Amino acid sequence: MTFSTDIGLAFPELILAGAALLLLVWGAFAPRMTAAIAAAAVVALLGAAFAAATGPLGRAFAGGLIADDAAVFAKVAIYAASAVAIPLGQSWFERRGVKNFEFPVLIVLAALGMGMMASAGDLISLYVGIELHSLALYILAAMHREDGKASEAGLKYFVLGALSSGLLLYGSSLIYGFAGSTVFADIAAVAGQPGNTGLLFGLVFLICGLAFKVSAAPFHMWTPDVYEGAPTPVVAFFAAAPKLAAMVLFARVLAEGFAGAIPQWQQVLVAIALISIFVGAFAGLAQKNLKRLWAYSSIANIGYAVLGLAAGTNEGVQAMLVFMVLYMIDVTGFFACLAALSRQGRAMETIEDMAGLIKQQPGIALAMTAFSLSALGLPPFSGFFAKIYVFKAAIDGGLTWAAVLGLVGSVVAAFYYLRLIKVMWFDAAPGATDKPAFEARLIGVGLALFSFPVVVLALRGLDQAAARAAAAFGLA
Amino acid sequence: MGVDGISVLFVLLTAFLMPLCIAASWRSIENRVPEYMIAFLVLETLVIGVFCALDIVLFYVFFEFGLVPMFLIIGIWGGARRVYAAFKFFLYTLLGSVLMLAAILAMIGVAGTSSIPELMAYKFDPNLQTWLWLAFFASFAVKMPMWPVHTWLPDAHVEAPTAGSVILAGILLKMGGYGFMRFSLPMFPNASEMFTPLVFALSVIAVVYTSLVAFRQTDIKKLIAYSSVAHMGFVTMGIFSGNAAGEQGALFQMISHGVISGALFLCVGVVYDRMHTREIAFYGGLVNRMPWYAAVFMLFTMGNVGLPGTSGFVGEILTMTGVYQASTWTAIVAATGVILSAVYALTLYRRVIFGELANPKLAAIEDLDWREWVIFLPLIVSTLYLGVQPNSVFNVTAASVDQLVSVYRAAVGG
Repeated sequence: MTFSTDIGLAFPELILAGAALLLLVWGAFAPRMTAAIAAAAVVALLGAAFAAATGPLGRAFAGGLIADDAAVFAKVAIYAASAVAIPLGQSWFERRGVKNFEFPVLIVLAALGMGMMASAGDLISLYVGIELHSLALYILAAMHREDGKASEAGLKYFVLGALSSGLLLYGSSLIYGFAGSTVFADIAAVAGQPGNTGLLFGLVFLICGLAFKVSAAPFHMWTPDVYEGAPTPVVAFFAAAPKLAAMVLFARVLAEGFAGAIPQWQQVLVAIALISIFVGAFAGLAQKNLKRLWAYSSIANIGYAVLGLAAGTNEGVQAMLVFMVLYMIDVTGFFACLAALSRQGRAMETIEDMAGLIKQQPGIALAMTAFSLSALGLPPFSGFFAKIYVFKAAIDGGLTWAAVLGLVGSVVAAFYYLRLIKVMWFDAAPGATDKPAFEARLIGVGLALFSFPVVVLALRGLDQAAARAAAAFGLA
Repeated sequence: MGVDGISVLFVLLTAFLMPLCIAASWRSIENRVPEYMIAFLVLETLVIGVFCALDIVLFYVFFEFGLVPMFLIIGIWGGARRVYAAFKFFLYTLLGSVLMLAAILAMIGVAGTSSIPELMAYKFDPNLQTWLWLAFFASFAVKMPMWPVHTWLPDAHVEAPTAGSVILAGILLKMGGYGFMRFSLPMFPNASEMFTPLVFALSVIAVVYTSLVAFRQTDIKKLIAYSSVAHMGFVTMGIFSGNAAGEQGALFQMISHGVISGALFLCVGVVYDRMHTREIAFYGGLVNRMPWYAAVFMLFTMGNVGLPGTSGFVGEILTMTGVYQASTWTAIVAATGVILSAVYALTLYRRVIFGELANPKLAAIEDLDWREWVIFLPLIVSTLYLGVQPNSVFNVTAASVDQLVSVYRAAVGG
């Protein structure tokens, strides 16, 4: 591999890194031109997505960066989701009198980090990718500077995130110590041999750190607090794309580095998945704030994604990828709807605030109903197909009992989604809502239309793309 | 999508009851009328989809999404405890159907196809059949509903608007019976045979126990709801008797119950629209003010009891014949249910219709108007027609039922 081919493989990352630096300088000299900077950031993200989709495949920088079908699949989804987040957040901040050019720049930096996570081929790039996107997210969570809750959310996120980074680093150093290499492909050669307890010890730490990033229980404690405090459009962003990036990274570490130790990590993942599903389902029942409620819902849904991964098969990884993309659409759409709503200038965030919404904002209420039913996994919405994939993979992978428990957990969770629908449809509204922001409404309703009926058409293409991506991991 | 002799009747029943339901809601639904109509039409689409689906995933999609419009119908246009009833309805049924979903996924994994005809031809391993059967049973038993998972039904019935009750009793319950005939029996014959005593026991308990419970009710709708559970007990017995008479009887009973219980709920709706209460004690002596209503109500009560000449009789006698061949004791115990049904139905009729017009509020109550006649006439005609000409149904179902029974018999070696 020559340096020039290496550079070619890293082209999407270079676009984003260059764009972020340029926009930062531009913003420093012309801080008023926020709209233009935001537009340029969207263009850069879409350009990077295009470059990733059409670029060459291969391994660069001595195996540190992998551009394969899985990385392409994840990058296109991540960059697209980031591009959607920019107009959503920009309009939200402007309505609240916050005019800052850093928002799009930070999103671009986070997208760069997430792209690196999806492409990470060794422990160093894994760590650098995670840190880059996490640091951007910490700042984004605290972006609304006047809001005390947002600062609290940012700080909490940072402190707990630093803890999980510590776990990751500790695990990585153990793995490096016992395997003698940081590259996943080399680790795999050592992990295949029996009796390597130290390596597995490191792997458990690594899994804990990654579970924190995807907010799987029992490493989920930060999620409800951060979701509640952070600005809604920022939540729409970091509830979606970073989860996909971390799940792809998860799959990459386990499938490339530890394919020989499937029975060992399978039990850990099944435990994490089931705990997440039940914590998400039961703790969600007690929530009054919708953002907290959807935090628990996302914990439960990540549990389903982890369950797909736990199957330890090619089919399982494919199911996880399909699930994550469809879930991203639900969660982004839901928070976009939530960002669009306010009553007399006050954000509507509790379940009671949604009373009678179907009369006042029928479009948004219908969209939120669709997202709720989809997250609940009810046909014919996209979430149903997502769950079908995951459970089928789990059953085929011999985890029937776990799949049945997961399904039972989804019935428990059904209660809180239904309560939201009940409040929106059955109850009387306390007062008129403000006119929703155009961008947020467009994104919310558009994604709801994707959830049903467009998904029926799109599923085949998504299925094939995910199948190609999953094949890149080379599991059985 | 496609129909056979078993499903075509349900499609017809759906198409027959839906317009009547909409006519019945003409005056009782006053707010959010467009949403109401949308919900009903969506529901009709989904129900017909359930009966026509030839792909098991598609079947599940229709089966499951049917919960949402019904949830909204009960929750928005229902009675005082509508929210509780709607949640109970939704969660009970959902818990049943997710287990079925797991079984469906396992079946697709094993057989490698999701087409229902191909799955019917596939021979599942008897050991696996047991688990699959139990998962499907969980779903259909809740839907049917069988004792002891029937408790959502009285609540849902009582709180739903009249038309919602009609659809629930007339059509949605039939999805459970249809499911047994379409999936459990032909796809898992060995497991079905193994679990037949369980089904018989639960059905007999349902018939006798819920009949007694029905007798103690003070709410007219609740009484009819419990009587539905009892009648569905006959249906499950008939289906699992595994012979042609039982299957035909069960099918006929489902169609006839769809018409008769629908009509009974409409009868309740008539007085409820006028007086806004369903307490039995409130009424009494209605025959003095509403002679035509009394006659109509009488006909359907008799149908419910199973009087010869009405469609209820044909279904009951055939089911009992079939069950008698399979298990004499079950048939004998279930026969007491027939007597009990006469007890509670006639008591209800006596207390509501006969006697002195004691309650002064009833003095101005009106008899049936032309709109109600338009609703009841088709129901009266079909009850009597099916009662004297049951062959019109059997001609349609015979081929499919014979096929079903022969496949089942061949599989269990009987």
